[in-house]
Amino acid sequence: MTDTTHKAARPSPVAPPAPVPAKAPRGARRWRGLTPWLFLLAPLALLLVFTYAPIVNMVAYSFTDWDGVSPELHYTGVGNYVEIFTREDLFQVFFVSGYYLAASVVQIAAALYFATILGFNVRFRNFFKGVLFFPYLINGVAIGFVFLYFFQDGGTLDSVLGLFGVHTDHAWLGTPTSANTSLAGVSVWRYLGLNFVLFLGAIQSIPSELYEAAELDGANRWQQFRHIIAPGIKPVLTLTVILSISGSLSAFEIPYIMTGGATGTETFVIQTVKLAFQFNKTGLASAAAVVLLLIILAVTWVQRRLVPDERVDLV
Amino acid sequence: MTRRAVARTLVYLSLLGATVVVLLPLAVVFLTSLKSDEELANGSGALTLPEKLFNVGNYVTAFQDGRMLSAFANTAFILLFAIGGTVLIGSMTAYAIDRFQFRLKKLVVALFLIAALVPGVTTQVATFQIVTSFGMFDTRWAPIVLYMGTDIVSIYIFLQFVRSIPISLDESARLDGANAFTIYRRIIFPLLKPAIATVVIVKGITVYNDFYIPFLYMPSQDLGVISTSLFRFRGPFGAHWEVISAGAVLVILPTLIVFLLLQRYIYNGFMRGATR
Repeated sequence: MTDTTHKAARPSPVAPPAPVPAKAPRGARRWRGLTPWLFLLAPLALLLVFTYAPIVNMVAYSFTDWDGVSPELHYTGVGNYVEIFTREDLFQVFFVSGYYLAASVVQIAAALYFATILGFNVRFRNFFKGVLFFPYLINGVAIGFVFLYFFQDGGTLDSVLGLFGVHTDHAWLGTPTSANTSLAGVSVWRYLGLNFVLFLGAIQSIPSELYEAAELDGANRWQQFRHIIAPGIKPVLTLTVILSISGSLSAFEIPYIMTGGATGTETFVIQTVKLAFQFNKTGLASAAAVVLLLIILAVTWVQRRLVPDERVDLV
Repeated sequence: MTRRAVARTLVYLSLLGATVVVLLPLAVVFLTSLKSDEELANGSGALTLPEKLFNVGNYVTAFQDGRMLSAFANTAFILLFAIGGTVLIGSMTAYAIDRFQFRLKKLVVALFLIAALVPGVTTQVATFQIVTSFGMFDTRWAPIVLYMGTDIVSIYIFLQFVRSIPISLDESARLDGANAFTIYRRIIFPLLKPAIATVVIVKGITVYNDFYIPFLYMPSQDLGVISTSLFRFRGPFGAHWEVISAGAVLVILPTLIVFLLLQRYIYNGFMRGATR
């Protein structure tokens, strides 16, 4: 099954490509034709072996009952796919994605708000920008621990509520609804900064004369936002929406680190990882991964259709 | 107060609120890392100041029992090779695609473009088998090769920069007898410094923070990187929040320092990476 992977010679990626003989006859057609391939040898080998071969294998595994170790496997047709969409406990994970999707709506709205404010002159602008962005750079495991303590009994959140005279013994990560909401909140805390900086960049690249002209015409802040900022950030906004959707579907780190998928917080990727590496259901896990891949590709395709990319400029 | 003043006050209040929301959880963990386990057991609350402000005992525990030293060493090793490889691979690809006309060029470009759409998390089930078949499972080479081989974003970044280097430079060098490899090494590569800086920063932070790949591919304790080593704090230190907090602070601190020093490059780099 895996022999597609052996066709490409094992790359030695760190080393530069085989040194081109310095005395290569200049202008010799064959050399000129070969040169780009020498540069592309290592990159293409890596790309084929670690991106395309896995996809091909994964699709192949998804039609079998392979356990990932034994040499024996049986062709099961679309059985795995049927199982994913009909077994309730497997399908459940899509509902968990709903929490993250809802959270990303909040996240995008907040990022837009702060980007609009900080796009203009505000005191300590750089400080606020840094504070809002910094969480995005923090290690996910560290964030997980910071917020485990935050939501703990008598932890940060309970203490802060105590300051306001609210005393609760609510276990924040105790019930599925509360746990998923809390985890989705953490992911807003973590990823808001990236959205914010993208929006801010787009807003600041709008020429300032536009605002000045608008102000002369007596446009207020809302009108400026509606007619100048909104159109200016549309491409970034759609990109952000796509990133949010695929991010919500492939949420992994925060829930895995904080709850391990317990109390109904299992996401699609956690489930796939568990199926593949804990329960040795490589076939079923592959089918799940193919489904996720197809959903994400479909979402991206829709985005490309909605916003024809002016900058498809790779060549 | 006029309406404008009210609006301004509200704006600053919202910014202040956001600052508290971002910084408070971090500050509390920092405070906790300085407390002794008796202080925590007393239940004096999460927001109180530690008794001794310079109690570094938990940091020592985190370093010694939490294997943080070897974690930093492993992370540094992986960072070095993964970043070096990414820079070489990305710049070579960009040079080949931008400066040469060759058959199948469209196909090659399409392969890279499509790969950029495939989220890495989805394919790990099958990538795992391939990595294992190369005998790289549970070695530091597994993450290194994966970080190098699947980074399309840095190819984009390099491509933008290669395109901005005038072709006349290549041509005059070729007249002087330089071959393609010399041109790449002597002219293109040195002029790519800003792109290299961007890629090093973005890639560095991504690799430093990555949890999924080391977690899947390097289960042995000795090969813990900072993410996986910190993750393992949950077992032995169970309810010892002061030690776990110290570990978290140790992991966050380098990021904070790098961020404060290189802010401008970091914003630019991540924007480029995301919008490509």
